[in-house]
Amino acid sequence: MRLQWIDYLIILIYFGFVLGIGFVLKRYAKTSTDFFLSGRSIPAWITGLAFISANLGAQEVIGMGASGAKYGIATSHFYWIGAIPAMVFVGIFMMPFYYGSRARSVPEYLKLRFDEKTRGLNAISFAAMTVFSSGVSMYAMGKLLQLLLGWDFTMSVLLSAGIVLVYTYLGGLTSAIYNEVLQFFLIVAGFVPLVLIGLKDVGGWSGLTARLATESVSRGFAPGAMTESWQHMGSPASNPMGVEWFGLVMGLGFVLSFGYWCTDFLVVQRAMAADSMNAARRTPLIAALPKMVFPFLVILPGMIAISVAAPSETGLARGSEATYRLEASAQAGVPSTIPMLQRSLIPPKLDDKGNPVVGTDGRVALDYDLAIPQMLMHYFPAGMLGLGLCALMASFMSGMAGNTTAFNTVWTYDIYQSYIKPGASDAHYLAMGRAATVFGILISVAAAFVARQFNNIMDLLQLVFAFVNAPLFATFMLGMFWKRTTGHGAFTGLLSGTLAAAVHHGLTLPVGAAVGFKGGFLGQVLHTYPSEMAQNFWTAIFAWTTCFLVTVLVSLFTEPKRDVELKGLVYALTPIPHDKNLPWHKQPGTLAVIVLTLTVVLNLIFW
Amino acid sequence: MDIRFPLGLMFAVMGALLSGFGIVTASSPIYRQHSLGVNVNLWAGLGILAFGLTMLWLARRGTR
Repeated sequence: MRLQWIDYLIILIYFGFVLGIGFVLKRYAKTSTDFFLSGRSIPAWITGLAFISANLGAQEVIGMGASGAKYGIATSHFYWIGAIPAMVFVGIFMMPFYYGSRARSVPEYLKLRFDEKTRGLNAISFAAMTVFSSGVSMYAMGKLLQLLLGWDFTMSVLLSAGIVLVYTYLGGLTSAIYNEVLQFFLIVAGFVPLVLIGLKDVGGWSGLTARLATESVSRGFAPGAMTESWQHMGSPASNPMGVEWFGLVMGLGFVLSFGYWCTDFLVVQRAMAADSMNAARRTPLIAALPKMVFPFLVILPGMIAISVAAPSETGLARGSEATYRLEASAQAGVPSTIPMLQRSLIPPKLDDKGNPVVGTDGRVALDYDLAIPQMLMHYFPAGMLGLGLCALMASFMSGMAGNTTAFNTVWTYDIYQSYIKPGASDAHYLAMGRAATVFGILISVAAAFVARQFNNIMDLLQLVFAFVNAPLFATFMLGMFWKRTTGHGAFTGLLSGTLAAAVHHGLTLPVGAAVGFKGGFLGQVLHTYPSEMAQNFWTAIFAWTTCFLVTVLVSLFTEPKRDVELKGLVYALTPIPHDKNLPWHKQPGTLAVIVLTLTVVLNLIFW
Repeated sequence: MDIRFPLGLMFAVMGALLSGFGIVTASSPIYRQHSLGVNVNLWAGLGILAFGLTMLWLARRGTR
């Protein structure tokens, strides 16, 4: 389909502001602390919104919309169980160490708390992961814009990379944070009207419930399986996710979620940029408030998309949707009969030759990732469509920028300054940070093109990073709350946790999957999981438990650090900040109670 | 730089543009084709404009 001049104008205005912010902020990035940590001067509400936006990349928006269409309201577990508790925990319990120790990065905290090798392991794997994720983000954006708008893949990737490069090069972390705030409000401005119109179309929540009851019965589940989040979690066979409550709570809610929110420098860096300890602790708590209601903005569109009949079947009464599909299909060299197969707004998945893919259950597989883009094109006329697409592009770009700023910091402080050239001037490290921004983005662009050619390499890398990340939270938890934990313990624990993840994955397989990246590559399949998600949750549980046990065991047999060296780094030796004399909205404890209460209420409403 | 300046300015410009476009195209069939007959450009545009102006006002008040 073709965009109108007004759509292009809105996108251009956004690009203009993004670049303009970069140029204005250049003046403020004079030292390495300014560039990498925004001079620790950002107020809590801004770091809070950036904290949530850094996580709200386009893959998150598109992926959660896709999951909404696939699993229904149960997708909210990724928010209400899989994010909020961990966000509260990082604000209340972990921020005093991260911010208070004056560590400049998560790997640097590991250096202070444990030793050089633990930091090295974390820094190198994290740096590799960030440039890679940034590349995957560019690839996804290039592919999407090509499919929807017929834009040239190479041009989209280079243009977005160029813009991200300019503004992160000039303004560093502050630029990235400011743009994340713009992106946050763009997503809200674009998605609130989308959800309102969509809900109006399906007859509100009750209309949606009725439509999804038909959908879930047709898939062989109870009528409420897509509109009730907990009732069907008793057994993996009774919900579309194919998981049971224990694996969900322990795997997603505990290991994966705490591992991500508490140890991933991409989000923690935003809190470290806050202007005070109090602001740093409130950052994740302020972020939790919008995070809590995001399911309504990103999951509901997916649920609506699957329950609205495809316009081609309704005699095109509602406009030119089928023409869009035809046009997009023509560009991709796809036969124009495809829209006829489409029952809902979500088109079937096509293979390389343009034929619909049939899943293991004998049904035509749907391209769920197109749920959100299709919603935008279906419900938005020229004008708002430009704004909606602009919001999507903004989230792709801020995802790249977030990874780039995390990468240049870890590269400069934890790899370059530690192993390559210690003791240089601050100006030297600032220059290195800018250089790292350039080559980080160049590597990401290269990764985007590699991803386009060899999808398998990306699957492999993603799997490896999942293994490396799975045990991380055990190390941090022991390190922060058990002062007896030693560097040797942490290091061996991390390695064996990663190994345990690989072994578990290699010996199990989700039902119906082929041996390979999905598992079973160690030659034997000891257990078959009802779904890929269940397998992932249990891989995480195994990795965490192994890391925990090995760290404890090795720590007991090795020499711990003395108490004086651990001041401000472990719970027992860190003064807990007092904030009783502040107004309620500035007390982290009060905010935490509010956030948790609201989360419980939301879970009960959609029980 | 107070972020509320660029934030407010960008949304004010976009909001004015969208609501203006909504007024000009008010009788166009695009709203029946897409958004259930709701002039989404006008209403969302006005909301976005109001948000932008509020941010600008807060930024101005904050610097004084």
